[in-house]
Amino acid sequence: MNFEAFRKVEQSAFYALVAVIGLMVLIGLGAAHYMEEHGHVVTGMSNQIVWGMPHVFAIFLIVAASGVLNVASIGSVFGKTVYKARAPLSGLLALAMLAGGLTVLMLDLGRPDRLIVAMTHFNFKSIFALNVILYTGFFAIVAVYIWTMMERRMNVYTKYAGFSAFIWRLALTTATGSIFGFLVARQAYASAMLAPMFIIMSFAFGLAVFIIVQHVMYRWNGRTLDEAIKRRLKNLLAIFIGAVFYFTLVYHLTNMYFAKQVAFERFILLDGGVYTNLFWFGQILLGTIAPLAILFHPGLSKRCGWIVTAAMLVILGGFAQLYVLLIGGQAFPLSIFPGMEVSSSFFDGRINPYSPSLPEFLLGFGGIAIAALLTVIAVRVLHFMPEDDFSQVGKHTLTD
Amino acid sequence: MSNDVDNSRRKFIAAGVAGTAGLVLAPGVTLLDMANARPAGEAASSTKRWGMLIDSTKCATGCNDCVSACGKENGVASTGHPETDPQWIRKIELKEVKSGKSHSLPMMCQHCAEPPCVDVCPTGASFKRADGIVLVDRHICIGCRYCMMACPYKARSFVHEAHEDQNPDVPRGKGCVESCTLCVHRIDKDQQPACVEACSEGNHGAMLFGDLNDPNSEISKRIATYATTQVRADLALNTGVRYQGI
Repeated sequence: MNFEAFRKVEQSAFYALVAVIGLMVLIGLGAAHYMEEHGHVVTGMSNQIVWGMPHVFAIFLIVAASGVLNVASIGSVFGKTVYKARAPLSGLLALAMLAGGLTVLMLDLGRPDRLIVAMTHFNFKSIFALNVILYTGFFAIVAVYIWTMMERRMNVYTKYAGFSAFIWRLALTTATGSIFGFLVARQAYASAMLAPMFIIMSFAFGLAVFIIVQHVMYRWNGRTLDEAIKRRLKNLLAIFIGAVFYFTLVYHLTNMYFAKQVAFERFILLDGGVYTNLFWFGQILLGTIAPLAILFHPGLSKRCGWIVTAAMLVILGGFAQLYVLLIGGQAFPLSIFPGMEVSSSFFDGRINPYSPSLPEFLLGFGGIAIAALLTVIAVRVLHFMPEDDFSQVGKHTLTD
Repeated sequence: MSNDVDNSRRKFIAAGVAGTAGLVLAPGVTLLDMANARPAGEAASSTKRWGMLIDSTKCATGCNDCVSACGKENGVASTGHPETDPQWIRKIELKEVKSGKSHSLPMMCQHCAEPPCVDVCPTGASFKRADGIVLVDRHICIGCRYCMMACPYKARSFVHEAHEDQNPDVPRGKGCVESCTLCVHRIDKDQQPACVEACSEGNHGAMLFGDLNDPNSEISKRIATYATTQVRADLALNTGVRYQGI
């Protein structure tokens, strides 16, 4: 369908889109209700794999939420005009994805009805409690940030709000990575590497989401993205993919160097079945090599469709990476008695199986749908479409 | 004849008096006994640190007395879903990879002085009582399961489904995390944990319970005399449960 034809049915298309996404949200909420009603026994989770598929979705959304704000930060904090035009959309996506991720996390609790307890009882030594404060603060700061951008009188404060949001998002992703980094007993975690690794993962996942959403918005409105801007964003994405790969490499090299970690590395990299496959084929091949090949290919990297494909591959690779880290990290047994073979009725010493159940997937997709619904409606009613004022942007600033 | 009647009457009166005296005195004796326990309403004291010493050389492979006693005392029963069924205490079979020497021992919450589960709990539901017992406040546990991720001993279980027939002393709820309470409800009545009692009644003598802060307690004397081990001592958690023979 050409754009003129689409224009005529645009209104109906919008409502159809909202209806489809709304239905996904409802299905996700229904799945959560089913899990709460019957208990987690209806999920694939167990006393061995205590965090399952909903956590993979929730953590992806939360990490990507902080990362997508990067686009705004480059504009407001580092003064790049091209990114300034994209800052409101970047802020909106950050809020929407955080809302989706937190909803999934909250609905996967054993007692989601006790949300008020989580908001009123704080153990300040817990990085989880700190995260509750950081998430809430993120909503407030980014909301103010968007307001300073969209309300002309407040524009003078944008730089300050943007700087606060930038610092806050770094703290937030540090804390998200530290949820795992602070787990002293598990071999996959207990590493200061995880905090900066989560930050760089957020840059990649967030930018990938931004590129896709921006592409859809431009297509929907029959507009074309400027070549130079397209080139900048795709180059930035390639740098982030490379940085995530570097952190992954150092993480595994460090583990391989420690004798006590060798068995765990063997499990993830060689014998781990689904985890090994997801690592090599999901994260490395699909999530790293393939998008890099596209983004650096002289022909393909100029085509919007291929850049969006690369961004989608980054997201797929991100899910694979989080699945390996979260589920693979729990599947490998705790080393309670190092140097001894152990067995028990509680599955000590065994690789723990996990098959995610349908409700877990539905809840996860429900979270994505919440983020999508908030975005679609906000973009409709408020002015989030990036508007490039090329009279303000010297063409020289658009060259790489 | 009259003598016989008198005798039987005297016996009756004596039995009656003894019985009445018993009925009158018994509650008093019980009260005296209970008076040794901590009165209700009085906070647990940090002058005590409850702990346990497990001698794995006396713990036989296949013996499950402690596990059964715990299940009965705390109402922890199998539901036929082994992967999601809570286990407060379990028997672990160990084999040294090099020498092939094997051990059997019970593993449960180690009641650490520096419990990682308490550190990570966002709401403070995981807490350590003044006398060293690590517990979950089921009123404010939100079921996030972060403590399960943090525990180095796999001591905690998540209640995956609703449970009937609970022990009134040990309320349990779907959606919360739970673990060995060291039978806190029994300790507060000056009794031993059910697992220790069962091990002793079975004449195994592999489990010793007592106050680690009291240098004259049997457990402190044994720890001062024999080489004992804290599991994952490298983590420096200062566990309340110690092992001998591994």
